[in-house]
Amino acid sequence: MTTAQELAVQPKKELASKDEKTVPARYFVPSTDIYETEDALTLVMEIPGVEKQDISVNLENDVLQVEAKIDFAKYEGLEPVYAEYNVGHFARSFALSNKIDQNGISADLKDGVLTLTLKKAKQAVARRIAVG
Amino acid sequence: MLLSDAFESLFNFQKALDSFRASNWLDSSLSSGGPYPPVNVFRKGDDFVVLMELPGMNKADLDIRVKGKTIHIAGTKSADYAATASVHRRERLAGRFDRAVTVPVEIDAEKVNAEYSNGMLALFLPRAERDKPRLIKVA
Repeated sequence: MTTAQELAVQPKKELASKDEKTVPARYFVPSTDIYETEDALTLVMEIPGVEKQDISVNLENDVLQVEAKIDFAKYEGLEPVYAEYNVGHFARSFALSNKIDQNGISADLKDGVLTLTLKKAKQAVARRIAVG
Repeated sequence: MLLSDAFESLFNFQKALDSFRASNWLDSSLSSGGPYPPVNVFRKGDDFVVLMELPGMNKADLDIRVKGKTIHIAGTKSADYAATASVHRRERLAGRFDRAVTVPVEIDAEKVNAEYSNGMLALFLPRAERDKPRLIKVA
């Protein structure tokens, strides 16, 4: 349904972090879609150019932190002549409600798209009550 | 680590130039076709490397054509979810795109190599042999 429209350029948003990094690096906020189904909450984020092993997903105090790093070694020997987008790592964090089952988080990376599936806790799944 | 000082200064310089001549006239950019996807162009010896971020594409949906000095990239990017899901946040873009990039050298269309991995499309554009400068010896 959405395929007919022409794509516009979405400028990358640089991460304004509360805590500063100790090494000079640019961090960008990855575009993220969040959707909910009956039993899970799913986060889909775009992190192009990141290898599987360079992703860290951390859950602490109901805050889900995702950090994805670019391997700059790939750019060695390349001389930039024309630049339209900036290159950097990706980082973003989300505050989760306690409805999430903290042990039931799974992650999957495909073609630069990271999908995090957060299972809802048992008591948060809506239960159908039959009228006796 | 920052990509490189050279890249950083080029990026900032272009941004400054762009804001200087910015107008919303048709919202178009330097090259023909739409402005999506943004590209970074690098030189590697005689050859050019064009990189672009296209996360979540289907390889089959990419249409890449080369002619002369111009490379043309078209495709459709989708971000669809099951109809039963209720969407809380939607930031990923979906739609079709069409873009042409012109490099200052003749490209050897036979030897162009396109790689798609981790959501990055890399096009390796070798300079055509007939376009390379020839060394002339003084007799």
